[in-house]
Amino acid sequence: MSAAQPLLAVRDLHTHFFTRLGVVRAVDGVSFTVGRGEVLGLVGESGSGKTVTGFSILGLVDPPGRIAGGRILFEGVDLTRLPEARLRELRGERIAMIFQDPMMTLNPVLRIETQMVEAIRAHHPEVAAAEARRRARDGLARVGIPAAEERLAAYPHQFSGGMRQRVAIAIALLNRPALLIADEPTTALDVTIQAQILHEVRRLCAESGTALVWITHDLAVVGGLADRVAVMYAGRIVEEGPVDAVLDHPLHPYAKGLIGSVPSRNRRGAPLQQIPGMTPSPLRLPAGCSFRTRCERADGECREMPELMSVPARHLVRCFHPHLEAAS
Amino acid sequence: MSAAPLVELRQVSKRFQRPLDLAEKMARHLGAAVSERVVHAVDRVDLSVFPREVVGLVGESGCGKSTLGRVVVGLYEPSDGAVLLRGVDRAGLDREARRRAQLHAQMIFQDPFASLNPRLKVREIVGEAPRVHRLVARRDLDPMLDDLLRRVGLDPSYKSRYPHQFSGGQRQRIGIARALAVAPEFVVCDEPVAALDVSIQAQIINLFGRLREELDLAYLFISHDLGVVEHIADRILIMYLGRIVESAPTEALFGAPNHPYTQALLAEVPRLDVRRRSFAPVKGEIPSPLDPPSGCHFHPRCPHAMERCRREAPALREIAPGRHSACHLNERG
Repeated sequence: MSAAQPLLAVRDLHTHFFTRLGVVRAVDGVSFTVGRGEVLGLVGESGSGKTVTGFSILGLVDPPGRIAGGRILFEGVDLTRLPEARLRELRGERIAMIFQDPMMTLNPVLRIETQMVEAIRAHHPEVAAAEARRRARDGLARVGIPAAEERLAAYPHQFSGGMRQRVAIAIALLNRPALLIADEPTTALDVTIQAQILHEVRRLCAESGTALVWITHDLAVVGGLADRVAVMYAGRIVEEGPVDAVLDHPLHPYAKGLIGSVPSRNRRGAPLQQIPGMTPSPLRLPAGCSFRTRCERADGECREMPELMSVPARHLVRCFHPHLEAAS
Repeated sequence: MSAAPLVELRQVSKRFQRPLDLAEKMARHLGAAVSERVVHAVDRVDLSVFPREVVGLVGESGCGKSTLGRVVVGLYEPSDGAVLLRGVDRAGLDREARRRAQLHAQMIFQDPFASLNPRLKVREIVGEAPRVHRLVARRDLDPMLDDLLRRVGLDPSYKSRYPHQFSGGQRQRIGIARALAVAPEFVVCDEPVAALDVSIQAQIINLFGRLREELDLAYLFISHDLGVVEHIADRILIMYLGRIVESAPTEALFGAPNHPYTQALLAEVPRLDVRRRSFAPVKGEIPSPLDPPSGCHFHPRCPHAMERCRREAPALREIAPGRHSACHLNERG
């Protein structure tokens, strides 16, 4: 493996859902890379395909959905061609996921200890039970759960929402994965608890060199966490670049509108910028650029699908009429 | 402000009790120390909202902000204290007067999927209250509905559709039209944009701003999202475990938060202009309202907690004109 090879390279990924009403192209030609130890924020609104992208990487897309094309190269191996048994070996070991609802991870009828020890020994049967238990306890302590020794014996319902999410994170990090995919894990949490979790995840990933893909609708969270940002709209990445470039000088009209619609300190009371209309139904996307029906810059040219173009260095945008004046 | 407040709460408390079940009653009969569990959802809160004013009520889950909102509009009766509508105690009103008074205070709910009856058409959802309260003649109902729907940004031809045919943002607009149908002067908005996507959120927040201008409305705007409240509110109340811990005009609060909890909240809200930060967030969890800490409810998480904070709950005191804070630190030198 060459040093220049990224940890994860998603290439032209297509994940489609074959429904009775037609084919939903939830992910339609998504490409991005994540380097070792890097934090990528994957941002989009409901229906943009950000969660399906995350699920595709782990091979968790259920029928009627399936990966219809493209490659997902993890450490050079194409995950889309891997048999299920090999994928299971990777999941929870080299690649882990935390979900919006921690009960996606946790089994409600098993003690935390049972679940954590199983997560270790499923991948490392050579680890003795006592040693696995010790690792589980240390894992809980690392994510800031007080009295970790006693809490091992508890059931998930005995934890608060924030604590449950910590347990799910502890389980995800047990085997020191190279890649962690986090799907809106703090959306349901209160501000002070969200701040704690963001702080812990960032610290833990930095300590263990774990790369992080943080999927969210919350641009402000991404600003505090990510090195790079990719903005998705209707199944495609429309803009990607370093976090400062994207948030301070968005190029795509959608990204610019999204950032302008977040209330911010210096425009108090003034009307917020708003994007007209709503996300079109995935079954009836306009031909060409999917944003053109809501875009003030759209013209005839936009009936063609623009490619993701590198405008300034390292800053990609999928638009014929990007806001270049802002970037200069 | 010179006018009387539209709504005023004086030392309002709301407690919820779970009665003992049979086994617990028997246990108590046999001498076990079993007592009814009481939650002090709202604990001696003073609040007033003046005409055309937007008051933001901020707090995390379980702090009692939604309960307080429901007490204000009359969905809950307070356990203690008085609710005054334009200076008149609501408890003293007769049935008819109370009905009329309550029409002036309406509510918009968080979940646009749960708060609309799925079996009714938009015409019935929005038109029911003005018809029942005889605010509009039958033949004037349709033109009034058209006008209302246009006002909230919906096509009047949507009148004969059902809620499931709308997106989340559109449903929230229907909820707003329903609240406005009885021409209120005061609306309690309980997390009205929390369930919406960012770009839709902006549309609805702008709609609230425009309606306030057009209809001279006052809002009690309940939210956990400080960014949204900062944008829309004139004055902000911060609530923690049933109590108001700080109240101040918006600019003053964000300029110099006084209470340690407010300071922690402001420091920890993710902001677009803050990048890759590393700070130590406030420790600990939000305690259970069933078993709140003694003294100041915030003391187990507070970096400045002193012995006194464990024993004695600080009163909400005026620290500057129009600013109140409940913290013992303000009494030192």
